[in-house]
Amino acid sequence: MFSAFLIDAAYFIAAFLFLYGLKRMASPVTARSGIVIAGGGMVLAVAAAFLYGFDVSPRAQPHLGTNLLLLVIALGIGVSWAWYSGKRVAMTDMPQMVALYNGMGGGAAAAIAASELFSGNALAHGPVVTLLAVLGGLIGAVALSGSLIAWAKLDGRMNKTWRLPNQQYVNLGLFCGALAIGAAVVVMGLMDVAQAPVIVVALFFIIALALGVLLTTPIGGADMPVVISLYNAFTGLAVAFEGFVLQNPAMIIAGTVVGSAGTLLTLMMAKAMNRQVSNVIFSDFGSDDGGEESDIEGSMKAADASDAAIAMFYASKVIIVPGYGLAVAQAQHKLYEFVKLLQKQGVEVSFAIHPVAGRMPGHMNVLLAEAGVPYDIIYDLEDINEDFPQADVAVVLGANDVVNPAARTRKSSPIYGMPILNVDQARQAYVVKRGQGKGYSGVENELFYAENTSMVYGDAQKVMMQMIEAVKSLG
Amino acid sequence: MEITTTITGFVALYIFLLAAFAGYEIIGRVPAILHTPLMSGSNFVHGIVVVGAMWALLNAGTTLEQVIGFVGVLLGAGNAAGGYVVTERMLEMFKPSSKAASSADDKE
Repeated sequence: MFSAFLIDAAYFIAAFLFLYGLKRMASPVTARSGIVIAGGGMVLAVAAAFLYGFDVSPRAQPHLGTNLLLLVIALGIGVSWAWYSGKRVAMTDMPQMVALYNGMGGGAAAAIAASELFSGNALAHGPVVTLLAVLGGLIGAVALSGSLIAWAKLDGRMNKTWRLPNQQYVNLGLFCGALAIGAAVVVMGLMDVAQAPVIVVALFFIIALALGVLLTTPIGGADMPVVISLYNAFTGLAVAFEGFVLQNPAMIIAGTVVGSAGTLLTLMMAKAMNRQVSNVIFSDFGSDDGGEESDIEGSMKAADASDAAIAMFYASKVIIVPGYGLAVAQAQHKLYEFVKLLQKQGVEVSFAIHPVAGRMPGHMNVLLAEAGVPYDIIYDLEDINEDFPQADVAVVLGANDVVNPAARTRKSSPIYGMPILNVDQARQAYVVKRGQGKGYSGVENELFYAENTSMVYGDAQKVMMQMIEAVKSLG
Repeated sequence: MEITTTITGFVALYIFLLAAFAGYEIIGRVPAILHTPLMSGSNFVHGIVVVGAMWALLNAGTTLEQVIGFVGVLLGAGNAAGGYVVTERMLEMFKPSSKAASSADDKE
């Protein structure tokens, strides 16, 4: 019984370290130490969990040696694979990696649910515990298969968005089917059935997994960050529910904190993208509603990279608006090199980050940080939008919808109401872009046609190199 | 197995309630620049699920339960380790420019 006390004490400390670590992660100054502290909590909790081996149920006693061996193997494979893949992944691919790890967590929660239902532990603890096991299993399984689809989409392994006819009814049917089976399992527990039949539980998880797949496949790549964040919250909730089943307070607290924090993050992301979470999940944004061609006056003017560079060199205030196109071209290092040249000349340079620049909110900050850009010259939308009228030059690099003035003016536009960066108010705007195509939303961008806008066509990496050369040649 | 500290009924609900508010408060004041690392960080925190899977595997009495427990530990360990590595890599890169470092420290 002493081992049980040690485990409880370790979990208590771990729960504290998680909360304290997350709190420290909330500020850029202390963030690094935050994850290290939370990591310490995880190591402590896992080490303590080995003590479960001293106190296993009688029916598992004969298998203890095998189980311990399996445990070490599973931990070894899981940790080393994840460590290796996490170290190797490029910063631009970070969102899908988070999706993948998140899906694994959901799968683990579902596995606990399955194990508890098969072994009869859940049913022996009464209907409430059984219900929580079932719900946690359902949510965890949806998070698993849904996150895998999200990963495949963001990783470019699955480009199509497809849907079944009347898919929403199919989804609803699956959801109700899973709930009905879950309810049946709960009733079985009430009728003193010791263990849920394998077939029934298997069917339950197959339906839940299918539901996760079908929920995610119709959602386009642009909305994927919201979906990943939502599944992150789902996994947290599933972990919390399974924590109740296992009477494990560390899982309850950590899972619940992530569940609520993840829900809030999801709402913040959706708001920044001018989307409602329900629309993301149930509607079809940008699928085939690009029919209306707008009547934008003016024409696009092309400019050389060197002209743009020289204009910035002699400006006093320059604002840079980076987008995902910059990251795809891996041009952020060159960009910062260029910025340092400008700063040496005395130009005041700031970066303006739209909340959804990149693939996830904050993703662009990570990509800029990777290039060594200090975070105190990087500004959020609210903090910098008033500065655009004072800016001599604003440069848009690989961003489109987030600088489209139509979001302010054109009521019929699908992006109407979305907060945008007011690049059009700068004295001169340059837009670096690969071609003349439209943005993610499929909407024409009025900014490109504006009087004070010039387009610099080309790959962001090459354009930045030309700019650096142009400025260097000026001395 | 005998568990001395049982968490049932309203006690469970209280924990749930307080933890939910804690999560809300912690994330609510985060600047947008940290959203991605924080999503990843919270993704790491729910990797604690691995200890539940460890319990399930150690208490497995049949081959089926062993298989499920094995998969659960494997996935949970991947969640925890992967979440840690990517979060740490992202946060490591956040550095202030030298002149502003001191003022940022004052705020803390």
